Amino acid sequence: MLLIRCPYCQDYFPEVEFDYAGEAHIERPADPSLLSDDAWRDFLFIRSNTRGWHVERWRHTHGCGRFFNMVRHTVTDKILLTYRAGEPMPNIKQLVETNT
Amino acid sequence: MQHYSALSLIKNAFTKHKHWKEEWPDAAPKAAYDVVIIGAGGHGLGAAYYLAKEHGINNVAVVEKGWLGGGNTGRNTTIIRSNYLYDESAKLYDHAVDLWETLSQEVNYNVMFSKRGVMMLAHTQHDIQSIQRHIHANRLNGVDNRWLSAKEAKTLCPPLNIEANARYPVLGAALQKRAGTARHDAVAWGYARAAAARGVDIIQNCPVTNILRGPDGRVTGVETPKGVIKAKKIAVSAAGNTSVIMDTAGVRMPLESYTLQALVSEPVKPCLPGVVMSNSVHAYISQSDKGELVIGSGTDQYTSYSQRGGLPMIEHTLAAICEMFPVFKRMRMLRLWGGVVDVTPDRSAILGKTPVDGLYVNCGWGTGGFKATPGAAHLLAWTIAKDEPHPINAPFSLQRFATGRLIDEAAAAAVAH
Repeated sequence: MLLIRCPYCQDYFPEVEFDYAGEAHIERPADPSLLSDDAWRDFLFIRSNTRGWHVERWRHTHGCGRFFNMVRHTVTDKILLTYRAGEPMPNIKQLVETNT
Repeated sequence: MQHYSALSLIKNAFTKHKHWKEEWPDAAPKAAYDVVIIGAGGHGLGAAYYLAKEHGINNVAVVEKGWLGGGNTGRNTTIIRSNYLYDESAKLYDHAVDLWETLSQEVNYNVMFSKRGVMMLAHTQHDIQSIQRHIHANRLNGVDNRWLSAKEAKTLCPPLNIEANARYPVLGAALQKRAGTARHDAVAWGYARAAAARGVDIIQNCPVTNILRGPDGRVTGVETPKGVIKAKKIAVSAAGNTSVIMDTAGVRMPLESYTLQALVSEPVKPCLPGVVMSNSVHAYISQSDKGELVIGSGTDQYTSYSQRGGLPMIEHTLAAICEMFPVFKRMRMLRLWGGVVDVTPDRSAILGKTPVDGLYVNCGWGTGGFKATPGAAHLLAWTIAKDEPHPINAPFSLQRFATGRLIDEAAAAAVAH
């Protein structure tokens, strides 16, 4: 069971209060009709599926209901950081170095 | 290869079973092969076997990062069925079931394929309509599947609760009689032994760290801690770790890896004759020949390579089992484990060529790869040997995610995710 810190509620809650919502920082193209089939595929379907530090969206469904982002290690499940949606992607390499 | 039979068993009994030969040698890698297959699960070993047997290519190595059959081949719940909705999937999985029928004889190894039937329960009006649609589609494709009333389901499976006062009463079920289970380890061992007998090298404890490409872009070999192994063709059959390996060849995949858990109870006397699945109450169950109840449901919610899952999913699964089978409420669970499953956006597999010359991929089987083992292996071997997909796996190309011709197979999971 993950213990997740909601960056809005500013406290830790059990995993069952949250819903996973896929990889973070994937921006919807401004004008999809201009994209090639390959670029549209990349946006819709291709995912980094990282073995290591993964930046992902979560929603505090059974709490404040809001979306936020999280940096989690996909092998150890260690959570490095959670931050509010809309904030820029952190420098993971630097964060890992300062936290380990 | 030493032939296994009742006679050989009796013969060896006289020498106290001390003279059985090893089933396959643990090979060290040669400098070069015609084909290197990454991943020694059922799919990869099977592909090596069919390459040697049907296409005359036996200069083949199967490279495995852990031990043979130690990934999802040894972690699944051993269910085999082919009652998929779409024409493409029905053909693919029924091809596999055809091969399952004779696999034990084919590789001279008892894989214990048992056609005990798979029953899918309907609990709501929507379930009835959806399941009957599947039945009709299956029958049009020549896949056996039939509708049962709740009473017929109870007759087939006595522990099932069909009381009208259940929270989600059973209103009927679909039954595929040709479906069933097999012993998953034996599938990997059987293929390994039969492939090794035809000259295939099986190299364990040898993770591939890099796929090498020449100046023309074509694959040239793989990098491993045991040195560089040259190869004319490379096939990736690495389930949950496919994205990581394909990345090293510069191919990004439409995959996400999740933990799928399963668990078994203490062994009890035979009480559950077939496999029972419920999409709505959300779990499935069968009983192994050892007597354990084998239970599973959906994946954990977040991506993971850890090969272990969280307890919330187990709690959810067991709640569903207790709902359908109140008689099992006091059973104690013995073991639980997890595997890394590679899930595609349309829940259908990817089996075919890649944008890189000489590189083939067999992945995306998600939560349902075991049942496809002989079929996937057979078709992967064909695709590698002929450098083009077989008509059965042609629709399952990597290209479909760009063309939009997806095979959106909701039935791909025993229970939906």
